[in-house]
Parts: sequence; C-alpha cells; structure tokens
Amino acid sequence: MTAMRTGTLGRTPYYVLTGGLAIIFLFPLLWSLAASVSPQASTGQVNGLGLGNYTTLFNYGAGLVRFLLNSAYVALLTVAITLAVSTLGGYAFARFRFPGREALFLLTLSILMVPYATVLIPLYVLLNGFGLQNSLIGLSLVLAMFQLPFATYMMRISFEAVPRELEESAQVDGCGTFSVLWRILLPSVRPGLITVGLFAFLAAWSDFLAPLILLTDSTKQTLPLAVANLRQQTMGAIDYGATEAGVVVMAIPCLILFLLLQRYYVRGFMSGAVKG
Amino acid sequence: MFVAVFFITPLLLVARMSLSGWPLLTGNGGLNFPKNYLSIWKNALFGPAVVFTIEYTLIVTVLLIGLGLGLALLVQESGRWVNMLRTVILLPVSLGLAAASLLFWGFYSPSIGPISPILEQLGLIHEPISFLGTSLSALLSTSFLIVWKYSGLYMLIFLVGLQAIPDDLFEAAALDGASRIQVFRHITWPLLRPSLALALILCVTGSLLAFDQFYILTKGAPDNSTVTVVQLIYREAFQRQNLGTSAAISIIVLVALLVLNAVQFRYLRSSEPGLKR
Repeated sequence: MTAMRTGTLGRTPYYVLTGGLAIIFLFPLLWSLAASVSPQASTGQVNGLGLGNYTTLFNYGAGLVRFLLNSAYVALLTVAITLAVSTLGGYAFARFRFPGREALFLLTLSILMVPYATVLIPLYVLLNGFGLQNSLIGLSLVLAMFQLPFATYMMRISFEAVPRELEESAQVDGCGTFSVLWRILLPSVRPGLITVGLFAFLAAWSDFLAPLILLTDSTKQTLPLAVANLRQQTMGAIDYGATEAGVVVMAIPCLILFLLLQRYYVRGFMSGAVKG
Repeated sequence: MFVAVFFITPLLLVARMSLSGWPLLTGNGGLNFPKNYLSIWKNALFGPAVVFTIEYTLIVTVLLIGLGLGLALLVQESGRWVNMLRTVILLPVSLGLAAASLLFWGFYSPSIGPISPILEQLGLIHEPISFLGTSLSALLSTSFLIVWKYSGLYMLIFLVGLQAIPDDLFEAAALDGASRIQVFRHITWPLLRPSLALALILCVTGSLLAFDQFYILTKGAPDNSTVTVVQLIYREAFQRQNLGTSAAISIIVLVALLVLNAVQFRYLRSSEPGLKR
C-alpha cells in the first residue's frame, strides 16, 4: 500500500535494508556450516576443508547413530501420541456434548500457563513410580503432554470446520462412530493433522530441558543433550568444530521439514493468533 | 485421562513436595512446612536470580515485540522477494533452542567466532571481544541469540494480526488524507491489540522461564551473575539434590506467572476496542 506511492528509486533503501536483514538472519546458519568443515587446531579437522569433525561426532560416546536414533524415536513417538490423543480429544470436544466439556478444554489449554520446570521435577518422581524413569517412552509421553494444548485446540477447530452432513450421510450408509472418524473425518482434517504433527516433531526433536532432567543413561541421550555434553568432554581443549558439526546435524531435519511444510506451519499460527 | 495423569497429578505432587523434606535419592522425608519456603529466603542466589531473570525478560520482550512488529510492517505486502525474506527470517524459528544456543556458543567463542576477526580486519577493534566474559555482555549476547531465533515468530503473529485488519479501513484513511504515521497510530496499532496481547504473554512467559540458552552459553558464569530462576530450580534439585526446596521455588514461579498473566490479560482485554470477542 505504501509501496505504490514510492517509485523504483525510492525502493533502493528498502532493498538495502531487507537485504541486510536477510544476511543477518542467514549468516549464523551459514557460518556454522562453514565452521563444521573448516580446519581448526585441536579438533578432528586440523588442516584443509573436510569432514573430520563429523568423524569425531560420529564416534562420540555411544555413537552419533545411537543418538540420532534416540532423537528420531522420541520425536516420532511424540508425534504419534500427540496425534492420537489430540484427534480423539479434538473430535470429542467438537462433536459430543458431555458435562464439563468446556471446563476440561480450558484445563487442557491451561497446560500452557504452567512453567515447564514446575511440572518436570514432580514428573521425574512420578515416572520413577511408574518404572518409566530414564526411558524414552516416558520422555515422549511428557513431551506429548506439552504439545496437547495447541494440538487439541487445532484439532477441535479442524473438526468443527467439517460439515455435519458429511458424517450424517455416512451414518445413514451404516458407518459406526469410529469408522466415520477413520474414513470420513480424518481425510478432511489432514491439514490440521500435518500442522500438529510438524509442531510436535520440531518441539520433540529439539527439546533440551526434559531429556536433561528425565534421562540419566548416557546411551539414551537425545541429540541436543549428546552434543551439549560432547563439548565439555575433553579436558582443556574444547572441540568447537565437532559442536558445530552437531548443530548442523540437528538443524538439517528441522530446516528441511520447515521448508517443505512451511504452509502448514504458518497455517497453525494463523488459526492460533487470530482467535487469540 | 491423559491430562489428568500427566498434568494434575504432577501439580498436586509438586505442591506436596514443596511442603516436605525430599532429598533426591531417598525420596519423601515427611512434612516440614514451612522450612522449604524459609530456606529460599536464605538462598543467596535467589534474589539475584530473580533480578537477572526480570532484566533479561524486559530486554528480550522490548526487542522482540519491537522487531517483530517492525519486520511484519516491512514484509506486509506479498511478492517474490518479500516471500523469500519471510522464509529466511522464519528459518531460525524452526531450529531448536538448544541447537541455536550451541551454534552461538561457537559463534561467540574466542577461538572460532567469526565476529572479532572480521572487526579486527576492518581495524575497528584491536582485541577480540569477550562476548560472554562479563555479566552485561553475556546478557546482551544471549538476548541477541534469542532475538535472532524468535523474531520471525513474532513477525508471524503480527503479520496475521495485520492481515485481519480490513483493507477498506486503510482505503478510507487514505481518502481522508491521513499520513502514514496517523494511519499507524489510529488504525493499525489499536486493531493489533489482540496480536500484541498474544505476543506479550508468549514472550514474557517464555523469557521468565529461560533455561536452555543460559545453561548452554554461560552456565551461570561469570560468578553466578547469569543464573535464571529456572536454572536455580534445576540446580536445587539435581546438584544440591533437594527436591523439596526446588519444588517450593517452582510453586513461587507458578503463582507469579499466573498472577502476571491474569494481570496482562485483564489489562489488554479491557482497553481493547470491541472488534474481537
């Protein structure tokens, strides 16, 4: 709107400003990529460009593959739990009237208000009680819980947007509640599912505090934890190169997923931010 | 059910724990109220941690909200270049906070950080900058990391808010000959209040609970001057192995946040023009 009035010449400062911003936002990312392959004294890559730091990372502790698998396992399990609970929950909130419906929904949203750390300490004790201490399953359950407010909210509005007639005609044709949910509704709320899954994955993949508190076994560590520990490992000399290599390994799945699914990411925000 | 098990139970448990002596290894040691709460006041780190956390929150909130809004205004109209720019600004948001902190930990380091060499080449400085050396520089460096990582998020929130404003309002203002500043003051700003409320609550809550960035970048150094409240909870529980006092601090944080959010909500809702529910 403002741009229409200013001519091409007047746009130059705009391009300089926005170009500068783009550089500021990209620079650290590109730098970490460069640093991870650059030579540096007392790292796995002493001279010339190469993948020496990645080798260090690969061989650290229980091995990069182990940590990657741990992270992937936790992230995928969190996504699965979040999707299952929020789909059923969102469907129930959107379609069934039951006593205490709004209260329960508000309670779910109120998870947002409670500090992460406040709940993690008792969860640590609680999971011990269930025999889930130091377990990736326990960790996923906890991470999924923190996804619920957003996920349930998102699924509720997705289900509410599906016309009731669709379900009714399926019921006339002889579908039960669950087969309606499975065959008719799930395909129509797919964008919502993707958004919820994406948020859950990104959060679980990168979470630091929960694994730090809940996991004690070094072979069970997730990637962020392993990389954070790696840097303090060797006495005296700190391996910056391998750390940045770790950053790159952590960042790549997030960046790729984000670029592929950006539309869904922004969508999630639209629905959240407008309704406030 | 799920909510009940993983949310309500921990809340009750933390309240119970805050009233008890509860060493990490041996478990519940019986009620001892109000010993845990009293010991907080004796903890030399508690006061400074609260002050530091509040300082950090103020800096980050002002920067993020200002920048988020500025960026949103800058990338408001769609176009190929602008869409690319939006994506670039949003990229760091998708990165995990721990990953971003580790990235900047190297970025700020004296041995491989790129900033000091560049400035030295340009002849602007003669000694490497110590980004994390003093408590002020550590605070500012960490704030920069957070602003870098999250301003895209706030840009998005404000962008959504801007797009919800009907175009005819701007057209009417243009017809009436309103200047750009007038348009911003009388149309954009008041109608952005719901977005502002959301951004403020997210930002304040997030910064008050800061942990990862300081745990990774500074570990509370120098001289415990950058210890945040959540770090204190963590240390109390796992280094001093006292879950009881840790829980007591948690309860204080919880109550403080609930009050703060309620106040923010009230304030922002009450002065809102009647467009949104």
